[in-house]
Amino acid sequence: MTNKLVVENLRHRPLRTLLIVGLISIQVTMVLTLVGLSSGILDDQARRARGVGADIMVRAPSSSIMSFSGSMQADIMQAVEKQRHVVAVTGVLTQGTSLFSYITGIDLAQFNKLSGGFHFLAGGPFQSPDDVMVDSYYASEHKLHVGDYLQTLNRSWRVRGIYEAGTLTRIVVQLDVLQDLTANNGKITMIYVKLDDSSRTDEVIAILRNKLKDYPIYSMEEYTSLFSVANVPMLKEFIWVVIGLGVLVGFLVVFLSTYTAVLERTREIGVLKALGASPGYVLNILLRETTLLALAGSVLGILLSYVTRLAISSLIPGTLIQAIVPSWWPIAAGIALVGALLGAIYPGLKAARQDAVEALSYE
Amino acid sequence: MSDPPIISIRDLRKIYRLGEVEVQALRGVDLDVQRGDFVSIVGPSGSGKSTLFNILGGLAPPTSGSIHIAGRDLLGMTDSERTELRKTSVGFVFQKYNLLPTLTARDNIEIARDIAGKDGPLDPSFTDVLKLLGIEGRLDHKPRALSGGEQQRVAIARAIVNHPAILLADEPTGNLDTENSTAVLGLLRGLNERLGQTILMITHNPEAAAYGHRIVRMRDGRIE
Repeated sequence: MTNKLVVENLRHRPLRTLLIVGLISIQVTMVLTLVGLSSGILDDQARRARGVGADIMVRAPSSSIMSFSGSMQADIMQAVEKQRHVVAVTGVLTQGTSLFSYITGIDLAQFNKLSGGFHFLAGGPFQSPDDVMVDSYYASEHKLHVGDYLQTLNRSWRVRGIYEAGTLTRIVVQLDVLQDLTANNGKITMIYVKLDDSSRTDEVIAILRNKLKDYPIYSMEEYTSLFSVANVPMLKEFIWVVIGLGVLVGFLVVFLSTYTAVLERTREIGVLKALGASPGYVLNILLRETTLLALAGSVLGILLSYVTRLAISSLIPGTLIQAIVPSWWPIAAGIALVGALLGAIYPGLKAARQDAVEALSYE
Repeated sequence: MSDPPIISIRDLRKIYRLGEVEVQALRGVDLDVQRGDFVSIVGPSGSGKSTLFNILGGLAPPTSGSIHIAGRDLLGMTDSERTELRKTSVGFVFQKYNLLPTLTARDNIEIARDIAGKDGPLDPSFTDVLKLLGIEGRLDHKPRALSGGEQQRVAIARAIVNHPAILLADEPTGNLDTENSTAVLGLLRGLNERLGQTILMITHNPEAAAYGHRIVRMRDGRIE
């Protein structure tokens, strides 16, 4: 019966109910989109690292895992090449062009030997120094076709080929051209290593670590497992800030709406009290209403996170990727619920303590 | 030997403060009501009728004196004891019906049972009461679809669904036209006669008061 009253009360003011559910859903979507973007971008980076097809990666000393920072001399590769079980080695130089955009310089012959080559959807490999290859996401976002020109790093490049996304960065140019252009002559950011037998990865890593003491060396499996929210500087803190905002928004929305609902229903609360309802009974009704609003807002928020994903994947597929992270659904719903219940407590207690005689004479 | 009265009031006083001023709303009321009585309480505004109604209903605490309903002493009751009293021993009928607008007539009746901790379908004998009240065909309507007379009948059904020791009615016909007033008063008397329901009714209207077995007149916080 209490549930019926709760549902009927919410149905009685459909616009207000929809507004509250909508506002709660926005904060749920906000959390889910942020987590989805973090996870989507990290997963995509890990997928592209795996997509190269290497077994081992050698990074420059003092480079950070999550960025393409640091550089090392390309001749380090010679030491790696000589190692037993190594069948292919390629060094790449990766440079940021904007916040989420990177360009990679490769030695095509070396890279093809290691990875088996690109899978082209249109065009083919670059031939002249001004040629670039872009992946399908980038081409789709920037509406590029083979033969079109794109501007980056202060110059114009001709799109020679569009390859299937899933390896390296979104834009690939010739290694020596990028080295020249960025004053990194003879330098590379990382070395990919392919072995004749993947099961020997640990063994080879141990030997390489011994030889190249200051260089971070990872198996690709280990490297890609490091792509997590915890390893991105400040990301966890940023997510906490958004969660805090979510709780605050939920609190304020529900506080205001429950406060006005309690005022509006003063007389009804008096009637319930006259019928013998205890303060707990009255509070229970309001908390159940709040819980229902928060749950409805959470469901809508989860659905809206699919809409934001659709919007991001249609508008900027090459820049941002949003994953759907179901493990965060209960967390986002929990955040909404906590904010909402906190907001309902004060007006709820006010209603529960209402004097019945005054409430019944309320006009 | 007669049964002890269901309501027994001795030297009941109620003082409340309005800002800095003390108002003596009840100045020593004595009243006995027997089980099955139908008592009309009349008096001008400010005579203390509503205060007496609120104290009898457990909505407000008395200041001093003694007041017993069905053997329970109301003086010194805690808030939760008064809540329990309202739940089990008192039924209210108000001038403005006071049905919950979001619930149907049936749910308005059932929520009173829910509050009293009773669930399951309505007692079959209660169906007869609903027939007597003439609302058995109107139970699935919300208050806004019911006439004032119908709403007041639903409120009466709600007030007696838990078989309270006393039914308190505060100007039950105050918002009704003559025809509906007559009908509602007839129903109250019917409930009193058929079910033996003890009723205390506050009214301004002498014609309405005449429906009771006994008329108690109040003036200046006392019974005349």
